[in-house]
Amino acid sequence: MASAGKKVKFDNPVVQWINDRLPIYSILHDQYGNFPTPRNFNYFWSFGAIAMAMLGIMIVTGVFLAMSYTPHTTLAFESIEHMMRDVNYGWLMRYTHMNGASFFFIAVYIHISRGLFYGSYRQPRELVWIFGVVIMLLMMVTAFMGYTLPWSQMSGWGVTVITSLFSAVPLIGDGLVTWLWGGFAVDNPTLNRFYALHFLLPFVICAVVFVHVWALHVSGSNNPTGVEPKSEKDVIPFNPYYTTKDSFGTVVFMIIFMAVVFFAPLVLADPAHFRQFDPMQTPPHIVPEWYFLPFYAILRAFTIDLNIPFTHIILLPAKLQGVIAMFSSILLLLFLPWLDTSPVRSAVYRPVYKWCLLLLLLAVCALTYAGSKPPEGMPLWFGIVGTFYYFLHFLVIVPVLGKYEKTLTPPASISESVEAGHE
Amino acid sequence: MNKGDCKIMKKTLSLFVFLITLALALPVRAAEDETLPHQHWQHKGILGVYDKAAVQRGFQVYKEVCSACHAMKFMSYRNLEKIGYTPDEVKAVAAQYTVTDGPNDEGEMFERPALPSDHFKSPFKNDKAARAANNGALPPDMSLLVKARDGGEDYIFSILTGFETPPADVQLMAGMNYNKYFPGHQIAMAKPLSDGQVSYADGTPNSLEQEARDVTQFLAWVSEPHMEQRKQMGIKVILFLLVFAGVMFNTNRKVWSKLH
Repeated sequence: MASAGKKVKFDNPVVQWINDRLPIYSILHDQYGNFPTPRNFNYFWSFGAIAMAMLGIMIVTGVFLAMSYTPHTTLAFESIEHMMRDVNYGWLMRYTHMNGASFFFIAVYIHISRGLFYGSYRQPRELVWIFGVVIMLLMMVTAFMGYTLPWSQMSGWGVTVITSLFSAVPLIGDGLVTWLWGGFAVDNPTLNRFYALHFLLPFVICAVVFVHVWALHVSGSNNPTGVEPKSEKDVIPFNPYYTTKDSFGTVVFMIIFMAVVFFAPLVLADPAHFRQFDPMQTPPHIVPEWYFLPFYAILRAFTIDLNIPFTHIILLPAKLQGVIAMFSSILLLLFLPWLDTSPVRSAVYRPVYKWCLLLLLLAVCALTYAGSKPPEGMPLWFGIVGTFYYFLHFLVIVPVLGKYEKTLTPPASISESVEAGHE
Repeated sequence: MNKGDCKIMKKTLSLFVFLITLALALPVRAAEDETLPHQHWQHKGILGVYDKAAVQRGFQVYKEVCSACHAMKFMSYRNLEKIGYTPDEVKAVAAQYTVTDGPNDEGEMFERPALPSDHFKSPFKNDKAARAANNGALPPDMSLLVKARDGGEDYIFSILTGFETPPADVQLMAGMNYNKYFPGHQIAMAKPLSDGQVSYADGTPNSLEQEARDVTQFLAWVSEPHMEQRKQMGIKVILFLLVFAGVMFNTNRKVWSKLH
């Protein structure tokens, strides 16, 4: 991070001594103490800090879990029961980690929705957004691998279903799956490599978070009006204003998180998590965690093979369509900064687009529902309609509406909008 | 903080709470089969604790009936102290079982009475032996049974009380029994409990319902032995966080009030 030109003087001689040799205190002062930040953030802007806190909690609890966990097919389930029963506060670490994954995703999904609504992905913050999408992808991979480690029925069968998706890749599919598994079935090599990666990836996430925040500190934060700060009146120093505001937001989030950990730790867990993996017995429903359900529904929304007309030669099997759609649904977010053509950044001043975003939220809810049910009847239709709208929104509505929508006029400056709010 | 800010904050907060609720409510799993009759379990409430007397009676039912076929491999005899048995009582319970230990200095395995530190002795040497003795069916380990079944306590209680003579149109497979709550209705386990099956030392009437309720509560404790400690700690954590939130709210308001 570029440290500012003017030297900061510190009263504490030890701090001054260190800072002369390694300017971490100047950097903290410039990037957090004094960092000019728009004065009009609402509480949706706290979710970045909340997500950061969740990442910290996940790493700390995860390291403690790793101290008692044994990555072997015959011992994994038992070692977790050992920590749940006999290791001091093992149950606390495990339930915090298990539910922490869900709350990490809640925080991150709200953080992303905020970016979508207020146009935080727009020029000049494209890289901030792109690194954000990379973080989400890494989180998904990490969460999926963590899900495997208890070696329960849901773990084993979840891995079998998801890794088998790669068999849809033309020509090399089957070989790819064998390579991923490290054998011809989901077995000990699979568990071992997933454990190694599950331990590694959070630190990769930390590195990408650093880059995400670095890029953010170059462009500065967006704000609810979507209007760039123009004068000193528009900004305030990050500390103390947003340190206190984000702290309050984080504590409120922690109240809800802790209430679930202590009073309803199993509310998001499927009973099949508490049966040891049995490769000979498939559980009746294989359901991923809730945060994967929308993508799982997109995967299963494609049911018709595409043939060359009037022949039985399959061009694009349904399974491959689903796999392509699922991966594109996330990857297309990378292109969002260039898909959005509207002259106005924040959806607050886009009367039509606002409703489209609400529809997108509904579509994602419909997909979540569809993903939790077997793909037939009503749920399948929810999945198909949801998938249709999801892609329609990003590939058609966002580029076309931006050109034709009659937008409202955003305020001339942030301070003007704050003044208006006071009246 | 001025009125406008307050209003915005309230709005954002309520939206935030709404979103969380939505996120939590949406993927609600088909937690229970609708046909399972609902029972009241005192330990299920937010502050509910186990009924120690019932859990102890439930242990008696498990020991005298269930443990003939069902293992409980994650439990140790010493854990029984947590439901109110004295160390001497636990020692006496453990001593009723013989376990294999070793090898000794001569390299031989040997038998000895179980100690409180030993895990519950399994009724069968391995899964194959369990299947061989049970007409091909594997009696599941009971350490996590309540957490591992849709419907939890209600499911266990329903199965135990749901044995019936099959309706005329149902053709049972060889060795199977009819249970109205078991998925598919055909269960390999024969009716395990009936009126008067165990005699309780505390004089509690030993009806089928009573035995089923007691053993269900024992199994609930076995699958979640730290529940009471968890809830007690939870109250302290939430109280602390509420006070902390209040402090942060005021600090934040004070900091922002200086801004014009």
